[in-house]
Amino acid sequence: MGLLAAELDRQGIASVCLQFLELVARAVGPPRALCVPWPHGWPLGPPEDRVTQRATLLRALELFSRRGEGRPILEHIENLPAGSPG
Amino acid sequence: MARLEELHPSLRKWVEGYSWRKAEFAQVAQAPDPAAARLALISSAGFVLPDMTPFRKWRLGGDDSFRRLPSSLDSSTLINTHRSEAFDHEALDRDPELGLPLSLLKELQEEGLLGSLHETVYSFMGSITRPGRLVRSRAPELAAELRGADVDLALLVPV
Repeated sequence: MGLLAAELDRQGIASVCLQFLELVARAVGPPRALCVPWPHGWPLGPPEDRVTQRATLLRALELFSRRGEGRPILEHIENLPAGSPG
Repeated sequence: MARLEELHPSLRKWVEGYSWRKAEFAQVAQAPDPAAARLALISSAGFVLPDMTPFRKWRLGGDDSFRRLPSSLDSSTLINTHRSEAFDHEALDRDPELGLPLSLLKELQEEGLLGSLHETVYSFMGSITRPGRLVRSRAPELAAELRGADVDLALLVPV
């Protein structure tokens, strides 16, 4: 996904990638990466936990506005308990 | 975050030993305020609809094709054809919005937090270990399509 994201930014479309592993985010280096605290298969949070999933999406939208020198512009979601409003 | 040590040992060994290809771009694209922007959703959950050809699980290097799905789709009709055994398929089958959060994005749009959602959703299957054609062909094709549709932002959701 990071390689695809890079092409999108190159053509002027700002991207945010959700990422499970910081190691991968740093190795590939997409433009913007939001590292999530859940296992593979749960990119937004626990299944059927709409509160947490919504909070993850809001964090992703916020990341679009971040400016940074690093590549990627990388943020983490803290390890929220299921159902936390974030 | 997900921790390396939580991965299956064979997957962990692969992740640590794989030669990850570095993303190449000159600068980060400037993003408009999401509340005034048009966003495209891109998933690598390997979703297809019943009338679509499933992703090819055994293609050497991974299947780098993608499917165009309507954002008006009923998520209960999504079929997970992802080849990887390294994630929780049961959760994705039970809650497809985990990989394709259409109802939540529409909710944010209705609340004015997101300008609009592009009417086409793009479905890939991850686990592309030889990404040459993805970089050379598929990604430019998709980017050009999104530019033509006046998309400003893209959210990429892996599984």
